[in-house]
Amino acid sequence: MSLFDAAPFSAPTGPVVRAVHDDFHGDLLEVSMGPHHPSTHGVFRMNVTLDGETVVKLKPVFGYLHRNHEKIAENTSYLSSMPYTDRLDYLCSMTNNWAYALAVEKLSGQAVPDRAEYLRVILAELTRLLNHTCLAGFLLQDGGASGTPLMYAFREREKILDLFESLSGSRMMCNFQRFGGCRTDAPDGWLAAARRLVDGYGGFLDEFERLLTGNEILMARTQGIGRLSAKLAVSAGVTGPMLRATGVAYDLRKVDGYGFYPRFDFRIPLGADGDTYDRYMVRVLEMRESIKILQQALRDIPAGPVMDPKARLRGFRPKPGEAYGRIEGPKGEIGFFLISEGGPSPYRYRVRPPSLINLTILEDLCLGHSIADAVVILGSIDIVLGEVDR
Amino acid sequence: MFGTGLLQGLAVTAKNFAGSFLVRERFVTTQYPEERTKLPEAYRNFPFLVSESHDDPLGTLRCVACQICEKECPPQCIYIEKSRDKKPDANGKMQIYPAIFDIDTAVCMSCQICVEVCPFDAIKMDQVFEIAVTNRFDGLMLDKHALAKPNEYFHSIHPTEAAEVDGRLAASRRAAEEKARAAAAAKAGAKPAVPGPPPPTPGAQP
Repeated sequence: MSLFDAAPFSAPTGPVVRAVHDDFHGDLLEVSMGPHHPSTHGVFRMNVTLDGETVVKLKPVFGYLHRNHEKIAENTSYLSSMPYTDRLDYLCSMTNNWAYALAVEKLSGQAVPDRAEYLRVILAELTRLLNHTCLAGFLLQDGGASGTPLMYAFREREKILDLFESLSGSRMMCNFQRFGGCRTDAPDGWLAAARRLVDGYGGFLDEFERLLTGNEILMARTQGIGRLSAKLAVSAGVTGPMLRATGVAYDLRKVDGYGFYPRFDFRIPLGADGDTYDRYMVRVLEMRESIKILQQALRDIPAGPVMDPKARLRGFRPKPGEAYGRIEGPKGEIGFFLISEGGPSPYRYRVRPPSLINLTILEDLCLGHSIADAVVILGSIDIVLGEVDR
Repeated sequence: MFGTGLLQGLAVTAKNFAGSFLVRERFVTTQYPEERTKLPEAYRNFPFLVSESHDDPLGTLRCVACQICEKECPPQCIYIEKSRDKKPDANGKMQIYPAIFDIDTAVCMSCQICVEVCPFDAIKMDQVFEIAVTNRFDGLMLDKHALAKPNEYFHSIHPTEAAEVDGRLAASRRAAEEKARAAAAAKAGAKPAVPGPPPPTPGAQP
């Protein structure tokens, strides 16, 4: 059977929820975990029903960080929405910018110069390194390894953020991509600094893996925990490393071949079990592939302009029509759907947030595991609440 | 053998612990108020208004109150009122100027879009980050007195961009002068006068 066969969404196959009270067991305990709980990665709430320490029911509650992003975008110009996309997934502003720019470029039929395409690939892969490094650190933090791996991860993240700051002026809210290219060219010495960072990153990953991958405590906490089946992942629309950890080879960099990705030689790491450990391993291996892409891109990047000379910032009115621009963000498929009626602002603007859609299967992953594992599972899904709630 | 992974991990943390005392390139902490790291040239936080003269920053603002930045600002933090009279700008052309130019930095999200859309290179991003105030309403509302800063200051924080802007402005000034000369020559030849130079095209800024 192909993994992509349309499977009807089936009810979760966790343990049967027993009656609230019977003579043999005590009461079930309902816990409202969050929204102000340090392990929920932001303002996220889980209504967990517990039998002892075992999760028997879990209801994710979100919307605490809702900022009306999509409706605001329908009332401002195309350009004015760009800085808001930084604030969706605030760890990965570069990929959010790219997805939005891609959607608008599709809508208006805008071309992008070669150097800008290379720069976009470089920035997207740096973002992937940054996101996965942070995630691996946070995963251990959720497991109870207070501090150490997270500090190592943040030390390396800071180096990438320094690169982003010297390029775009801001560490996290980059607001760097534009319709038809990138805002500015890389300053003198930037590419050399990026090369130095990329060359050193493999060494850091080796060290990080020595600390984590063979660690017996980590293995005990993650192997066999939160197992996701390929069938459920595909039918629930899960994308990104979550999906690939279940063994489904689906990566938009290969499937869509957007940007200049077909020019680069890289492989797609896949997991086998779909458990938390696989999700961690897939991300680590993906970082190694990202390093390969970065080395090729930094070697081949051509000289030239980074902005299409015909591109316009203001008075930008695409022809009536619709477009969906999607890229493989670090968390999964991040897409922007736009409908233009020929006006200065989109008639409809919709974000496809990978965090939200990956989060929908949280209950299926957590049923039957202990409450402490639910925290690790939530960490391995890799959500950013700015994107879930928008 | 069970535990080897743990021991390996401990070796890594031990190495990092020792390294944080011994390895030179890992001494990254800056003792902030006494020492400062150099900000990258691209660093931005809040906008300021560029004026030509150091002596009279308010009188020589490049801003002509066209209100493009006010319209494009995503969080709508700029408020401009046009003047009723006109003053000569750097090219000697009579222009209106902003009677009121307010930026509410409590609302501003430092996105730099006002800078990109400005056709006159009149608004640029500042690098001052020590702006804590005790009054969050009036203290964070910057009027044009607080916003106006001379071009030399712009050169001191963004040298590359400032040099490029100066070159562009000088070129447009030369073009304007040539056009005026051509117009004068044409007038002398009893032909209808050519209208004044158009402003630089919007969106031409990289």
